[in-house]
Formats: sequence, structure tokens, C-alpha cells
Amino acid sequence: MSGSTRNKFGFTVNRSRLIDYDSSDRLVREYITSREPSFRLCFACGGCTAACTAGHHAPFNLRRMNTLIRRGEIDPLRDEVTRCMLCGKCLLVCPRGVNTRNVVLLAAEAIRKLDRNEL
Amino acid sequence: MSVASKHVVVAGGGVAGMEAAGALAELGHRVTLIEKEQKPGGHLKQWHALFPDRRPADEVRKYLSRRIDNRNIRLFTGVGVDKIRKEGHELCIELSDGSELTADAAIIATGFDLFDAHRKEEYGYGIYDNVITSAELEDMFNTGKITTADGRTPSRIGLIHCVGSRDEKVNNNHCSKVCCVTAVKQAIEVRQKLPGCEVFCFYMDMRMYGPYYEELYRESQEQHNVNYIRGKVSEASVNIDNRLVIKVEDTLAGRPLRMELDMLVLMVGMEMSKAGTRLAEASGLDRGINRFLETGDHHYGNNISHLKGLFYAGTCTAPMNITDTISHARAAVAEAVRYLNTR
Amino acid sequence: MKLEGKKRIWADYQKEIPDDHFFYVRSCIRQTFFAGSEQYFLKIMRDDLGKDVFEDPRHTTCTGIGYHGDVVPFETIQTVVARHFALATEAGYKNIAISCVTSFGIYSEILETWKHFPETLERTREDLLKATGRTFEVPETISHTSDIIYKFRDEIARKAKYNLVDLSTGKPLKVVEHIGCHYSKMFPKYGVGGAEFPHVLVGMVESWGGDIIDYPERRHCCGFGFRQYLVQANRGYSLFASRKKFESMEPYRPDMIIANCPGCTMFMDRWQYTIREIDGITYGADDQGIPVLTYEEVAGLILGYDPWEIGLQYHNVQSLPLLRKMGIKADPTKRFLAKDGSRLPEPVNLMNS
Ligand code: SF4
Ligand code: SF4
Ligand code: SF4
Repeated sequence: MSGSTRNKFGFTVNRSRLIDYDSSDRLVREYITSREPSFRLCFACGGCTAACTAGHHAPFNLRRMNTLIRRGEIDPLRDEVTRCMLCGKCLLVCPRGVNTRNVVLLAAEAIRKLDRNEL
Repeated sequence: MSVASKHVVVAGGGVAGMEAAGALAELGHRVTLIEKEQKPGGHLKQWHALFPDRRPADEVRKYLSRRIDNRNIRLFTGVGVDKIRKEGHELCIELSDGSELTADAAIIATGFDLFDAHRKEEYGYGIYDNVITSAELEDMFNTGKITTADGRTPSRIGLIHCVGSRDEKVNNNHCSKVCCVTAVKQAIEVRQKLPGCEVFCFYMDMRMYGPYYEELYRESQEQHNVNYIRGKVSEASVNIDNRLVIKVEDTLAGRPLRMELDMLVLMVGMEMSKAGTRLAEASGLDRGINRFLETGDHHYGNNISHLKGLFYAGTCTAPMNITDTISHARAAVAEAVRYLNTR
Repeated sequence: MKLEGKKRIWADYQKEIPDDHFFYVRSCIRQTFFAGSEQYFLKIMRDDLGKDVFEDPRHTTCTGIGYHGDVVPFETIQTVVARHFALATEAGYKNIAISCVTSFGIYSEILETWKHFPETLERTREDLLKATGRTFEVPETISHTSDIIYKFRDEIARKAKYNLVDLSTGKPLKVVEHIGCHYSKMFPKYGVGGAEFPHVLVGMVESWGGDIIDYPERRHCCGFGFRQYLVQANRGYSLFASRKKFESMEPYRPDMIIANCPGCTMFMDRWQYTIREIDGITYGADDQGIPVLTYEEVAGLILGYDPWEIGLQYHNVQSLPLLRKMGIKADPTKRFLAKDGSRLPEPVNLMNS
């Protein structure tokens, strides 16, 4: 958000909700896809999210995470990726054979590296 | 009674009409096949390769040419069918050149028209240089040159599904059935011909209803890295570099998205053809709410008109792919022959 | 960009705009914030074009902003508009000239409602009769005042003393046009050129010598939003939408913005100041603001009227750079002089001043 919330107008410019694909960061996507090519196959059915142990008690949505990573929207994911409990239930259910558990692990790894400027 | 004594008129020389004429001739009937264009072949004439196996369209074109290469078939081209009316047991077929034919039976196979993309004003077809239709992309495949209007190789192409289909705004609530898989096919072809070009399909639903379609969709992701974004593009515009800018919701992320593109391909759907509409109106034939010809029964009579001796084949009744069109044409022939035999 | 394609769409959306005899309904916002616009509509129509435009002082607000702000019910606004129609009927006018895009949207919505639900028209007749004792005829035509100036744009061009041309370079001025959402987004058929590629302002700018900029966010709303603007804490919504437009037009270095909606003109003008104050950003050339003018103000300049008579000094973004480019001589020191020569209070923090 630009400007401080306390200014003479009593309001500021709202923050953009737009995904601007042209200025998005695709490093995490490339990191995952090159190591786990099955990531490309997700067709967003939500089976993994329905099955996910963590997602039933914490804000973690694997289907949505896959989409956001593909669009380069990393910021909303920093907390989410740490919630996976590594149970592997998502793997069992995925109709496209995405190695979902590995995707989560790679996503967490990629984001860690991104934040350390190692990507 | 000799079967060869029967005369059947087939109105429309596209895939359905050619198959129907061929099948009738093979059974010994005399057929007059009437095509309003100078050459038979219909929309297939323009197509480069076919889904799902990407075989050259020419192979099917050759099959159909062989099919109508039969001395029982008279081919009239450059003339349309204006009206069909019943007189006694016979059908009178009025042609656009003023002449008239009589027939024992007739099959309407007037096909479809591609949706006129100008009508989706928000996409700027005919205004922005690099907004083209799926048929025009097929032309580019034919010439082997996929370039922008100023001759550059595109680095990002978007394909919009459902242009003119499933859209109340253009009075078409129906699904055109073939455009999803056409988009997948064309996306793969672009990726093969231009490996450096990113391809995005913007879809509302992926309707992969035919054999090997779903597999093609999977292949497009697995082997060709085609990207899919679920959402209806709301508008296209151009920026100062004459690059297209589109707005869409990424419905799976739940966020609006903008993206620049070098080329936008509109997957235009099928509509009842204008020629078929005029013929139906002049002949008093019923049409459904989707404006295609209404058949006698949706389940077990979808080649049958309410006029005895008049049958329907192919996409004049509903959108369908080539495989189904050929089957539908054969079924129309079976119905016609049954009628001729019992008359 | 292919002009042919736009012409094709323009041909599809031609509306009937009468030649003469209008019943004029004013805009609350315009009369308050840039009253010269309304004054010059009447002046141009009557003095330059010789048309009959009738005004009735008993005409009131249409209550459109209250309606869109959820405080005026639809039945009420129908009755208010019916009263305006009654005034027109009493004066013998069948063509309504509407100065405000919000009102224009309201009138369109009401006429369409009456067309599709005739019982609502009967109910409104009863309500009006009970409340005021008046009866009315449904008007034959409704035109936005920009429709009318559009219709006479070539006649205005023939009388022009100035053109939308930068005299120092001889090149056409680069003009951004902005159409109020309620002009044609709700009912494309009521707008000249429809909703996606409206021709109403484009036609004027072309006739008067300027070049139109078609930028990516051209179709985006200015952000007025009625209820957003009315609540102070929500004004960031409005501001965001305008800023989106400014950022999108900035690369083209526009010389001016022309708008046909009172709300848009006001917000695109005032928000440039607000953004400069909050973020320190300006969007025009040379760290200046982009002047935002109404079509009557532009027509007035073209016809050679004094910019300070037209009231350009009452915009936050001052037009001095634009006037210089067009070769219009205007003494900035005379901006805030009253008719008798006394000094009026001068606004502070104007842009381009
Ligand atoms: S492995 Fe992680 S992401 Fe997969 S179901 Fe278990 S908790 Fe959820
Ligand atoms: S189950 Fe598989 S295909 Fe479905 S959303 Fe999850 S990862 Fe994607
Ligand atoms: S086949 Fe696909 S693109 Fe075509 S109309 Fe149906 S859903 Fe839309």
C-alpha cells in the first residue's frame, strides 16, 4: 500500500488484487517443474485438497497453491507450504498422477531459496 | 422394384452431404448432390490437420472425394437449394438458379456457419491487428507461417474457448462441442512449430467428450507445456507497443489476471448456417431453440424431419465432429432407404 | 489497429438524435463543480447553432446519486423523473437533453423498465398524479448532451477558431477520451457507437483535429462508484480505479482527457491532485497533470471563447499548457477576476499552475 493510512485525506489508494502475469515471478514454478515434471499435469480438480489432512484444520489448499505457483503468486503461500504433514494422502487420490507431496516439499524448498536469493 | 430407379437429392456438399451421397450411390440410387460453393468439401477445405490424432485433413478430404466419385452421383456446384416442398409422393426441390428437381427422397446437409467473431465486440476482432479466429490460425498452419500482422514470430499466444458459444449475449446457449479439442490441438501445433512460444488456453470447462480427446489434453500439458487458465476473457485491448492485453479471472486462484499477448485466437463456435436457415424458413421446417433443425426425436429419430421423405444429416441438426457427422450421414441414408423401400 | 473495424461497430450503434427543440435537464455535479460547461452548452446551442433549448427552473435533481447510494428507492426516482417529463409535456417538448451521465443512465433504465413492465409506468402515473397533480407523456427521444454536440460536431468544426493541434509541432494533440459507464454500458444501444468502442467523443476529437489514444484501460471505470465515493473511508476504491487508468494512459503522454460524464470529469481531475499529494506522482508530460475537460469546454475553446469565461480555472488540473499548445492566448493572472474586476478567492495547490 502506498502512502500512510494517516494522511490528510483519511483514505489511501487500495492495493491491487490483480495477478499481473507479465510482472510475476516464475522462478518457483520453474524450480518445481524441472524437478517434478508431473506438476504440469494438475487440472485443478481439488481431489488433493479434499483429502489433505492439514487442509481440514488449517488454511492450506493444495489445488489453489498449484494454481498460484503457476501464476507466479508466491507471497500468499509462504505460510501455507509449511503446513503439510507429509501424510501422502493427496498422492493417493490425484487422478492425474501429480506427485503432490513432492510438489509441496519442493515448493517449500523453492520459497526458502527465493527468500535467501538462491533461486 | 429396382432400387436404382430412386432419385435422392442431397442439399449441401460438405462432409455430411458427401458421405450421404456416396453411401446412397453405393446402394445403387441416383443422387443429385448440390453444393452452393464452387467446390464440395465444406469447412474441411480450410482445415490443416484434424483432432485428436493431428492427421492431415487432406486424408479425409481424399476419402470424401473418392466417396462421391461414382457414376450414380450428379454433382451441381455453385447453386443452392432454396426450397423443398412435397407434391404427392415426390419432393420438389427448388434451386437458386430457378430450376426445379423432383426426387423420391431428399437429405438436407447444409451444415453450419462459423460464428462471426465481430459480434464479440470486446475482443476487438477486425480492429486489433493480432486477433484472429481458429479458422485463420488453421490457414496459418496451411501456409506454414505463424506470424503477427507485422511479420514477427509470436512469443505468447492465447486461445479463447467458447467464442460465440455458451453465451447468452450472442443468443447462443449451446456448446459447439469441437472447439475445446480444436484449441488443444492448435495449442500443441503452435508449441511444436514455435517451441519458444508460450501458449495459454482460456476455458470455462474443458469438454473433452470424444475418444482420445482427454488423452490429447493430458499430452498437451505433459509433453507440450500448454497452460490452461479457467476463466472467460472479458476484454482485449492493445498497449503502446501494439501488444494485446487481456483481462480474465483466474477462477481457480479467485483473482483477476492480466496478461500481454502477441496473438489472440478466438475459438469460434458453430451456428445454424444462413443458407440452411433460409431453406428451413422457405420450406416450413421446424427449428429448435438453438436454431438448428429440429429432428423428429432427440434419441431415436435425429435424422428425421416432419416431412415424409426428407431427412437430415450432420451439423444442420447440431454441432458435431467429423466422426459423428459421417456416422450421422450414414444413419440418414439408412432412414432414407428404409423410407424408399416401404413406400 | 484497423479503423475500418471500429467504423463497422459505429455503424451498428447509431441512435436518433433530434435536430432541434430540446428540453434541457441539468446535472447537479456539473452546475456545482464546473458550471461553465452547462452555460456553454446552452450558449453554443443557442448562439452558435441557433437551436431551441428550453429550461424550466422547476426542474430538480434526478436523485440518481441517492438512488445509486441506496437511499432513494426506485419508485421514488421514477416519480421524480416522471415529474421532469411532466414539465417537458407542459412546455410542449418531446426531446429530452440530459446533461449528466448518471441521469442519462437513470432515464434509460426507467424508459426500459416502462417498456418491459408497462404496469410500472401506470403505477408511476398514479404516483405522480397523487403527489403533484401532474400528468405526462413519455418523451420521444432522450439524448445525452454529448450526443447533441456529437451531432453538430462538424458544424462546430466549420466555425472553429482553433483546432486540437499543437501549433509548435503542427501535430494533432493526443487526446484520451473517457466515457461515463452509465452512458452505454447498461444499454449499449442508447450510446453512439455502443459500449466497447463508443464513438461519441472520438467523433468530436476527430472532427476538431485531435488524435485519439486507445490505451489498455480505456474501458475501465473512473471509479466514482457512488457509494464508494460517498463514504470517506472507501474513497481508496475510487482512487485505485482512476490511478489504474492514469498508469495505463501515461506512456502515450496525452495532452488532455475529454470526458462526457460529470462524475468522471471531476474524479479524473481531482484524483490527480490527490495522487500527487499521497504518492508524489503525476502522469502528464514534464511532471505536470493531464487537463481533464468536458466536451463543451473543448467545443468552447475550439469556437474561440475565453477559457476563463468557460471556467477552466475551476478544474484542479489547470489547462495552461494545453492552451499554449493550441495557441490560445489567456492571461493566467486574470483567472480569478470577477466580472467587476475584483479578485475572487484563489484555490491553492492547483496543478499545472
Ligand atoms: S502430504 Fe501434505 S499436502 Fe498431501 S495430504 Fe498429506 S498433509 Fe496434505
Ligand atoms: S488431485 Fe491432482 S489434479 Fe487434482 S488438484 Fe490436486 S494435484 Fe491437481
Ligand atoms: S466445445 Fe469447449 S470451447 Fe466449444 S463451446 Fe463447448 S465448452 Fe466452449
